Amino acid sequence: MSTNGSGAPLIEVKHVKKYFPIRKGLLQREVARVHAVDDVSFAVREGETLGLVGESGCGKSTLGRTIVRLLEPTDGQILFEGQPIEKLGARRLRPLRRQMQMVFQDPYASLNPRKRVGQIIGDPLKIHGLGDKRERKAQVEALLETVGLSPEHYNRFPHEFSGGQRQRIGIARALALRPKLVVADEPVSALDVSIQSQMLNLLEDLQNEFKLTYIFIAHDLGVVRHVSDRIAVMYLGKLVELSPAEELYQRPIMPYTEALLSAVPVPDPDLAAKRERIVLEGDVPSPINPPSGCRFHPRCRYATQVCSEVEPPLADYGNGHLAACHHPLNVDAATLAAVHAAPESPAEADESALPHDSSGESHPVSGETGHPGQSLD
Amino acid sequence: MGERLLEVNDLSVHFATEDGVVHAVDGVSFELERGKVLGIVGESGSGKSVTAMTVMGLTRDINARFGGEVNYQGRNLLELSDAEMQNYRGNEIGMIFQDPMTSLNPVYRIGEQIVEAIQTHEKMDKRGAQRRAVELLRQVGIPNPEQRVDDFPHQFSGGMRQRAMIAMALSCNPSILIADEPTTALDVTIQAQIIELISRLKDDFNSAVIMITHDLGVVADIADEILVMYAGRVVERAATRDLFYDPQMPYTWGLLGSIPRLDRPRPERLHSIKGAPPSVINMPPGCKFRPRCPHAFEKCVEEPELENRVETPGHLDRCWLDVDVKRSVRGATIAGEAPEAA
Repeated sequence: MSTNGSGAPLIEVKHVKKYFPIRKGLLQREVARVHAVDDVSFAVREGETLGLVGESGCGKSTLGRTIVRLLEPTDGQILFEGQPIEKLGARRLRPLRRQMQMVFQDPYASLNPRKRVGQIIGDPLKIHGLGDKRERKAQVEALLETVGLSPEHYNRFPHEFSGGQRQRIGIARALALRPKLVVADEPVSALDVSIQSQMLNLLEDLQNEFKLTYIFIAHDLGVVRHVSDRIAVMYLGKLVELSPAEELYQRPIMPYTEALLSAVPVPDPDLAAKRERIVLEGDVPSPINPPSGCRFHPRCRYATQVCSEVEPPLADYGNGHLAACHHPLNVDAATLAAVHAAPESPAEADESALPHDSSGESHPVSGETGHPGQSLD
Repeated sequence: MGERLLEVNDLSVHFATEDGVVHAVDGVSFELERGKVLGIVGESGSGKSVTAMTVMGLTRDINARFGGEVNYQGRNLLELSDAEMQNYRGNEIGMIFQDPMTSLNPVYRIGEQIVEAIQTHEKMDKRGAQRRAVELLRQVGIPNPEQRVDDFPHQFSGGMRQRAMIAMALSCNPSILIADEPTTALDVTIQAQIIELISRLKDDFNSAVIMITHDLGVVADIADEILVMYAGRVVERAATRDLFYDPQMPYTWGLLGSIPRLDRPRPERLHSIKGAPPSVINMPPGCKFRPRCPHAFEKCVEEPELENRVETPGHLDRCWLDVDVKRSVRGATIAGEAPEAA
């Protein structure tokens, strides 16, 4: 909830890039690069939950993995409690691994089917040499209870559990080392809605109990809203909007965010029929040759000439709300006049190319269109 | 009233396994008319997929026991031989599956797979079938279908693969399209595209759709009628608006309450249905939802019939609670405000 996250930044990401080379031929020469994460900057404060949202292929998972250093960034800086970790080798990373853990999407693929639950959860303790055998067992049993399973499940195999229970095992494993940061990569998208809500509530309880900081990766803005203090929206490797959670729903600035919001199904037939659904045409373009200028322009219904030529900077709209767009939505003239480029802006963006037209003139926004952000109750 | 295509009467599907008899589907009935969309909603293991697969004749197995009828235009599909069923499968009833990744063969080109589907069911030469495949890909919104028809599945994105699956399912102009969680594996943006596509194709092909999902939000604006299934049974059945605005079954309330909603202020906590669905081998006696139901009382040890208990005809449910009590207590649960069910 929004009361969290008043502390110092736990993790800072500064102009991080992650490119994957594509090699071909006998000499394995690099012929192209996948621009998975392209100059992204943000900070996550202690105790805060940052939601990281975007479609498949936008680089959100790659970014999550880079932050916990499962991947090495191509360029840029990652600071954990002020200490740069982007270049650390395996040995110097090891003590840090205790502080940063991950929960994976697929509860079927992320648990070793041949290990018992006790071993799966206890292995991190063993690797880090914590406690003797008996102590470890007691700890694992306590963890099982914490995540809503029973200590008797200690000797069972993963196949004996349902999807939701398996995800609980994955969470228990991530918590075993009492980390400060948990990166949860689509932890609920493989689950039924009824189980989803159990899991979201559990993650929230655990955050309060263990003072955790979360980076919560998802493609569904509905799910993210319930856990996040702030939300970062990514598109094709770029950070396109960063905002306090509720504000993003009330007042999306980037047209891509608006489209993502409108795609979330509303379980209310009358409202669903009434509201405008912006169906984005086609898929996310290839990150090998990303579009010029604003990467969203080929799918954007407000795009003009400038969008295809100039990359917009991440502009600061006040209250910690950043967005990269030439034609921002839901912004009044006064705010627009005060807009300035944020330090998080990518190096390649033209910092002078700040938006000039106010949303009221250039395109009709929400109001009567029944925008999902506007509470109708 | 449209032409009635399908009538399922008291369908039950049981599987004999080493651990005992699995009561996958018990006493399910529904009708489907041309031009209509029927939503079947429930959690994993509620029997929604088995119901659909049985209509398609895909659960025929030596261990399977069927009861009731699946009448398609007057013929009981359960009584057909396997060879006869083959004339209905694909030709009359098409199906798309949840995971477009695993339901396409990775070593054959997309076009070849569609051509194969066409030629299995219709006498058509290869060139004609190929032209038809290109045309179908165009109809489901694949750009450049002349070129993309020769692509392999891995060259398609998840959304495009699902479009290709839909093209294949439609290749023989079926009257009924069964979509089993067609969007669960996809991004929300692509989900919106696919739902819109299915709804448009239903009109273009003048067919009927059975849409299976675990998310009530997905069927809210396309279904005409919704069945809510739990533990192999239909626990509530109503026209879409009635189901959303006057839901009678506490399980339906729980499903509605557990969806994170963008159209309402964020609640402190999400409502969730505690526990897990019962084992389909050892079912609890009485109402199957009783162990998880916060409103259960003495009478619930008897299993309620699926009956009309409200003023609206055709709105059926399985709950003993008094209608007035339901209407006064359900609000908090649906709004997601109620604490977790005890």
